[in-house]
Amino acid sequence: MIAYLTAMAISAGIYALLALGVNLTWGMAGMVNLGLAGFFAVGGYVSAMLTKAGVAIPLGIAAGALAAAATGAGVALITARLRADYLAIVTLGFSESVRIAAANEIWLTNGSDGIAGIPGPWRGTLPPQQFNLVFLIIVVAVLIVTFVLLQRLVHSPFGRVLRAIRDDEDVAGVAGKYVLAFKVKAFAVGAAVLGVAGALYAHETSFVAPDLFAPLLTLNIILALVAGGVGNNAGAVIGAVLIVVLLEGTRFIAPLLPFLAPAQIAAVRELLVSGLLLVILRVLPAGIVPEKIST
Amino acid sequence: MLTDIVQLVLNGIMAGAILAAPAIGFTAIYAVLRFPNFAVASHATIGAFAGYCANVWLGLPLLPSAVVAFLVAGIVGVTSDSLVLRPLRSAGLITTTIASVALTIALENLVRLGFGNALRNYDLPIMRDWRFGGIRVGPQQLEDLAISAAAVAALFTFLAFTRLGKAMRAVADNPTLAAIKGIDADRIARIVNFIAMGLAGLGGMLLGLDTSIDPLTGFRAILAIFAAAVVGGLGSIPGAVVGALTVGVAEELSQLVLPSDYRTVVGFIAILLVLSFRPRGILGARAY
Repeated sequence: MIAYLTAMAISAGIYALLALGVNLTWGMAGMVNLGLAGFFAVGGYVSAMLTKAGVAIPLGIAAGALAAAATGAGVALITARLRADYLAIVTLGFSESVRIAAANEIWLTNGSDGIAGIPGPWRGTLPPQQFNLVFLIIVVAVLIVTFVLLQRLVHSPFGRVLRAIRDDEDVAGVAGKYVLAFKVKAFAVGAAVLGVAGALYAHETSFVAPDLFAPLLTLNIILALVAGGVGNNAGAVIGAVLIVVLLEGTRFIAPLLPFLAPAQIAAVRELLVSGLLLVILRVLPAGIVPEKIST
Repeated sequence: MLTDIVQLVLNGIMAGAILAAPAIGFTAIYAVLRFPNFAVASHATIGAFAGYCANVWLGLPLLPSAVVAFLVAGIVGVTSDSLVLRPLRSAGLITTTIASVALTIALENLVRLGFGNALRNYDLPIMRDWRFGGIRVGPQQLEDLAISAAAVAALFTFLAFTRLGKAMRAVADNPTLAAIKGIDADRIARIVNFIAMGLAGLGGMLLGLDTSIDPLTGFRAILAIFAAAVVGGLGSIPGAVVGALTVGVAEELSQLVLPSDYRTVVGFIAILLVLSFRPRGILGARAY
């Protein structure tokens, strides 16, 4: 039971990091990111490949974050001049392209078999139970540091400009802010957080494969953020915890519906998640913790 | 080598003609309602399964099955839009877009709940390919092309010559002015959804005719559909046709240099190129 709760807490922490990363670009800068699974994958794969080649784990995670940030900046550079709807299309296309490339560049990523045996911190020397506990502490520490840094970013001049761009790009431009640069930076930082989450995930499970980065992950995180409150870091974390509890909770519907095949059970779970997102968008558009607008 | 290229171009035109139907659907909704509706993916799947039921369970021939695919997807499109998306449109572009993603996953899983993940095939007579010199043409592909072309031609006639078609173009062109002239925007939105999702459903069925269908049929095509719409000019219906043919041919020609698994990525690259160098697309944003 404790092992199960620890594993759940680790995924909640990783989901919270993902929600924080998306919140920076979407909640603060108004740029929607439907390709977060792609950045998550970039972080995971880069760190997995480097640490398997002998690089230390913290360096691998940092490299994963940098790689995700660089790809994020590239995606933002191409789309930042365009309206939000193009960004939705391009980011989704990006994550699908990453998945297809990961499945086909076998020399680099071992194709759809994925990369197994990724080292984790003290994995060999600790018993599995304690390894999970140590990993949980690492995830929570990373989450707290990220949260504090992002919180400072919100109240910094940089964060103020991002919110100005979100609310009215032209006004921010007229006020002398170089909108494109701010958008690219925001997207890169957000993508870096997603990359860190991906790297942590890879080191926790010791395995990455293209199918882990399906669009459904993106939907889960967006649900977490919308439920918690877009534009609010605390809301992002609370939403992530709620969604993990909900996702785990839907596991228990399987025994209730014994006449359904496994594929159908999976369908019911996904229906619940997407249906819940639609309901929350309708009845609670500002989320559980609405963004405080300071005047 | 030359016959290879001719063959690939020919395959690309046929694939592009099928792609044109859902691409028009996507771009038409964008033109009138101003948001990218990701739910075209699930409606393509719904059309594919509706056509499958008509064809395999009821034993209908291809053409009536295609009509069933259009009608069922169109009706689901109108219903899901008025129940789910319309109330959210006032909340803004991003909210509506995200709701359409959630909607498409919900509908896809409804199909999965009913039919499972198994691959299914249509019940069609097997025909030998025709050969002209070194070029192969499948009679089935030609039939797909003819059905898609007929649907597109019908849509153009509707837009050009009927009162409703003109009203649709008016709303796409200038919603405020159209409202002043007494055009009921909600009614137009319903009609656009019916036609657009119907076309998506028809396209989904045509996509599955050659191979097989499963709940992911629509989602697998979504990047190519977006690419066709963006390359042609988001919101332009003739643009969607031009874009679909371009993307279809580009996907096939890419096989000369890339493994065929990368076909989907070609659509993405096409989107990036167009957005970098000509964001309004080949034909620009004029709706018609």
